[in-house]
Amino acid sequence: MKGLSVSKAVTALMLAGLVLLPLYSYLSSNIFILTLFTRIVILALAAASLNLIMGFGGMMSFGHAAYLGIGGYAVGMLAQEGVGSGWIQFPVALAASAIYALVIGALSLRTRGVYFIMITLAFAQMAYYVASGLARYGGDDGLTVYKRSDFSGLINLSNRTQFYYLCLACLFGVIFLIWRIVNSRFGLVVQGLRSNEQRMQAIGFPAKRYQLVCFVISGTMCGLAGALLANNTDFVSPAVMYWTRSGDLMVMVILGGMGTLFGPVMGAVVYLLLEEFLSQITEYWALIMGPLLLLIVLFGRGGIMGMLGRIGRG
Amino acid sequence: MAEPLLRVEKLVRRFGGIIATDNVSLDVASGELHAIIGPNGAGKTTLISQLTGHLAPHSGSVSLAGRDITYLPAYRRCALGLARSFQITSLLLDFTAADNVALAAQAHAGTSFRFFANARKEKGLRDAAHAALDRVGLAHRADIVVSKLSHGERRQIELAVALASKPKLLLLDEPMAGLGVTESQDMVKLLQELRKEVSIVLVEHDMPAVFALADRISVLVYGRVIASGIPDAIRANEDVKRAYLGDQHVVTHHG
Repeated sequence: MKGLSVSKAVTALMLAGLVLLPLYSYLSSNIFILTLFTRIVILALAAASLNLIMGFGGMMSFGHAAYLGIGGYAVGMLAQEGVGSGWIQFPVALAASAIYALVIGALSLRTRGVYFIMITLAFAQMAYYVASGLARYGGDDGLTVYKRSDFSGLINLSNRTQFYYLCLACLFGVIFLIWRIVNSRFGLVVQGLRSNEQRMQAIGFPAKRYQLVCFVISGTMCGLAGALLANNTDFVSPAVMYWTRSGDLMVMVILGGMGTLFGPVMGAVVYLLLEEFLSQITEYWALIMGPLLLLIVLFGRGGIMGMLGRIGRG
Repeated sequence: MAEPLLRVEKLVRRFGGIIATDNVSLDVASGELHAIIGPNGAGKTTLISQLTGHLAPHSGSVSLAGRDITYLPAYRRCALGLARSFQITSLLLDFTAADNVALAAQAHAGTSFRFFANARKEKGLRDAAHAALDRVGLAHRADIVVSKLSHGERRQIELAVALASKPKLLLLDEPMAGLGVTESQDMVKLLQELRKEVSIVLVEHDMPAVFALADRISVLVYGRVIASGIPDAIRANEDVKRAYLGDQHVVTHHG
């Protein structure tokens, strides 16, 4: 029980920090930190969505960044065509991500293991090249979003604090949904399939159906992150879909703790802060980051959440 | 004669040049405990896998209560009342015993596309799980993660999982495999109870257990049924003695 309380305490501390961050930013007149953390919160949302299929569902998708691009391009392209309303942009971003996930999932889930990793990667790279070929929407150079999504005065996305809290609310909302899902009938089936697919088939569950629905839910959630990200950077380019970005998301999930509710958030915060500070010290920051991640993966089974649990147990 | 619960007709399954199931036909009547025995490599597990739908036959048919299920996938057969246990224990190791059994109950209690309500708080499922665990004598271990349970206990959970789906026909693939002497005796006692409630196809190496339990026995050698009948007839059958019981006799003396 004590082990639980240590990781719970750290999680609570982190969440409190995220909630109070704009206050700190205001008091210290440090605008940069709010911008940085907006990005962290959005990518934490993407990592949390990946964790749903990877951690809970055992589906190692290596193409999750595709949804960041799809959500982002939905916002950017609609804005370019004169549709500035968030009430249209966001639903379109989610729907496009869901449809993409449905098609990709239906094809990818015919395979298992390494093949599943490779095929999700291949589809994401295809999405990347398709985006690069969209001459009308900037092609390789990407697309500037001149005006952030307009939510008819309800919330102003151009206001840093309001936008930060919108992202944080989305993150908390998604984590709440994931929490409900993993404990629901559906969630137990998906986790059962991760654990032993043959057994689940034998007691009467058609595996693919459940995994596909889970895949779509996860992709839709990540599409939301994509729409937010485009608003955050006022820009969307094929680069957000590149495979290294999918890799970043995986690292965040593994670093924080696969199959834990708040692990991906922890992973995103630690990973992106490390990246930020190490890159200020040296341009060879990846040389430090790499071994550091290696150590955590080698010796900290279960990621940061797993390590915190063990510290508590002594 | 009434329609048999399970009817297997002229089932053939080849692996390359090897005929693992060679024109196997057998009937299991409702309420019967039908044992399938045979030396190692006789094709018992191959046969079971075709009954459960994990392996497709090359020809022949399998029907359950008059319905052709030869090409139905495993999960559909399960919905029709066919449950199995695995020769090598196959459970959700990172789930508790109760969760393992509750999932089997859930598969047969309405849709599992429910995303919001906590499934572990569904009384119907929990009660069904505890009833099945109680049935195999493991109610007191319900909340333990399966990976921490002993081999014998896992064998019992296999059975509880199969029972929780309220099957018409239970396919047991070597339920005594790897059990100690007393555990085996407990398992025989348990099966003696269960057979009153459900028809059973039992694949087993433990000869005393088979002869104590079975109504009828089919003997499989090189994929072919060489004899089928009541235990006394099988015991007296010369072909069976030659092909099988002789070997087994030696084995039991050493073991």
